Amino acid sequence: MSEFLEFRGVSKRFGAIQAVDDVSLEIRKGEFFSLLGPSGCGKTTMLRIAAGFERPDSGRVFLDGRDITELSPNKRKVNTIFQSYALFPHMTVRDNIAFGLVIAKRPAAEIEREVAAMLKLIQMEDQAGKKPDQLSGGQKQRVAVARALINKPDVLLLDEPLAALDLKLRQKMLIELDMIHDQVGITFLYVTHDQGEAMSLSDRIAVMDAGRIEQIGTPAEIYESPRTSFVAAFIGDTNFLEGEVTALDGEYCSVRIPGFPDVSCFNDKGLQPGNLVYLSVRPEKIQISRDMPLSNKRDVNAIPAKVEDVIYLGSNTKYWVRANNHRVQVMRQHFRFFLDEKPIRWKDDVWIWWSSDDGFMLERFRKDDEKLMSLPPQKVGEQ
Amino acid sequence: MKRKGGARRSRGPRFRFMEIIKNQGRRNLQEWLLTAPSLFWLAAFFLVPTVLVFFLAFRPADPYGGIGAGWTLNTLKALGHSYYLAIAWRTLWISFLTTAFCVLLAVPTGYALARSSEKRRRLLLMLVIVPFWTSFLIRIFAWKSLLHPEGLIKHALEAVGLAGPQTSLLYNTESVVLVMIYTFLPFSILPIYAAAEKFDFRLVEAARDLGARPFQAFRKIFLPGIRRGLLTAVLVVFIPALGSYVIPDLVGGPSSEMIGNKIAQRVFVDRNLPHASALSVVLILAVLAPLLSILVLQRKKDKEKPQVILREDA
Repeated sequence: MSEFLEFRGVSKRFGAIQAVDDVSLEIRKGEFFSLLGPSGCGKTTMLRIAAGFERPDSGRVFLDGRDITELSPNKRKVNTIFQSYALFPHMTVRDNIAFGLVIAKRPAAEIEREVAAMLKLIQMEDQAGKKPDQLSGGQKQRVAVARALINKPDVLLLDEPLAALDLKLRQKMLIELDMIHDQVGITFLYVTHDQGEAMSLSDRIAVMDAGRIEQIGTPAEIYESPRTSFVAAFIGDTNFLEGEVTALDGEYCSVRIPGFPDVSCFNDKGLQPGNLVYLSVRPEKIQISRDMPLSNKRDVNAIPAKVEDVIYLGSNTKYWVRANNHRVQVMRQHFRFFLDEKPIRWKDDVWIWWSSDDGFMLERFRKDDEKLMSLPPQKVGEQ
Repeated sequence: MKRKGGARRSRGPRFRFMEIIKNQGRRNLQEWLLTAPSLFWLAAFFLVPTVLVFFLAFRPADPYGGIGAGWTLNTLKALGHSYYLAIAWRTLWISFLTTAFCVLLAVPTGYALARSSEKRRRLLLMLVIVPFWTSFLIRIFAWKSLLHPEGLIKHALEAVGLAGPQTSLLYNTESVVLVMIYTFLPFSILPIYAAAEKFDFRLVEAARDLGARPFQAFRKIFLPGIRRGLLTAVLVVFIPALGSYVIPDLVGGPSSEMIGNKIAQRVFVDRNLPHASALSVVLILAVLAPLLSILVLQRKKDKEKPQVILREDA
């Protein structure tokens, strides 16, 4: 599949702020593509450039091979679902949905037919005569979807469409959006700061920070193999351990982390001895037990630790443990839970271990990434 | 209530009910006391004079400028004369033109004000309000000297060949309309700006996104979005314009007389108060009729609205 919506070297500056910094991005036809990043990372500016509300300072935007950089919004086959929905308050649901077709001066019979089909798609046939202020949040959202889809755009742009909804409704709309994408089969460009939304909906995700793209990939690629420490910290929880590569061992390498025995890690980035790295290990990849694991396997890193906090979460339990001078979080899934099992408690001495394949090394670590790292919770109830 | 102990049980709530009524009464009294001064003011200086004017319209005039005895409908009947109809028609026409031009100028101004940056907006608003710092009369006289046959504008127009030596820029309907637009423009800008400032311009973006050209988005989304401001602007220009007296008196001529001038003439020149009152009554009714019809329409629309039921889709 070839690119359908393409950004080529796009930059945009607002006063002193470089909102988008030389971004190139290719979105395939029919794809559900997400731009994910913290607020102010430039993702919404990218969307507004795609919609035509902003002109990039440099770079071009192509849609289906055609340069649309200078095209005004009404001439693009691109429609937007706004975060605030931006439904026209003086019009009924029906008139809101029909707006695009009325503007295009389509025959009345066709408009009626199309609007009826859209009302059916969003299951709001009986609400067609209502004004937006008589609708609930979820209903408004669906009207916004219908209004944007009726023009049969090549690309549908979604600007944090679920941000204004409460959790339950958000989960429901998430499934609805996914179903609509499957039904209409058009390209979705979805902007969000919520990794959960992006992960569950997208075919591919571009993680953005400070106007640049940090990584593009499938949700699994981004989660399992983050390229930068920003991505590792932004997507899911992780432990960062500061260290230095000391020796190579085939596809693996040894990493010295102060206060730890040397750990082994898969070296997919071709790092050399002397390289300073951050070793990132996801909490759910770390095992925890009272007994020392069978350490005859060379590819297991086992470290003694002391439990500092236990957070029971139902389907799993989170442990904060201290291993020498490091605080490490461990997530333990309850595959099997024995009531007579002696649980791991606060202040217990335990072993934590993980496979060499489950850690990944990240070279750069910028200072502003630190704020994204989940900080260890303050210890509660210590005597 | 037939059940045993029913009465006893109901005493509690009833007692509380009385308490509420008592509290309500006290609060009502407080409200009355607080509004009394303004009510008195309105009654003494607005209601009573208006009622007096209504009464005078049905009284005959005596030859010495006073009020005659008895009641008559002749004064009101005399207003049916074609002479008055022409003046009434002209008054409506001039007021209509003034309102139309004011709103036409105020909409883009309000739009620009709402779209400009905070700093710029403050400066521009200031410029709209600054004329109020000078007496209204002085500003009218300023226009008089500007439009004077020996004035700046006349000379400039003559220089480019747009006006001959005989052309008069003053004392005609056009000059009245011009100065009236000048006078009422700020009153139309402010309510339109207030509405535009609250308008959500993302709606315009949404319309553009759905294929509307800039003007289509403006007409179909922006104008309906500020309709309350538009309505206010129309009313605050049209109603005072109908009662204009000073402007046509100073920059108008005999061909641009309005009802206001006629009323003044009846009072000061003819000393015929019943006649002036009758004209005023007609003017008041002419103003009230559109206002009331708008109010009734609005009320009806509100009633037609179905009850707002927020149903969370579960």
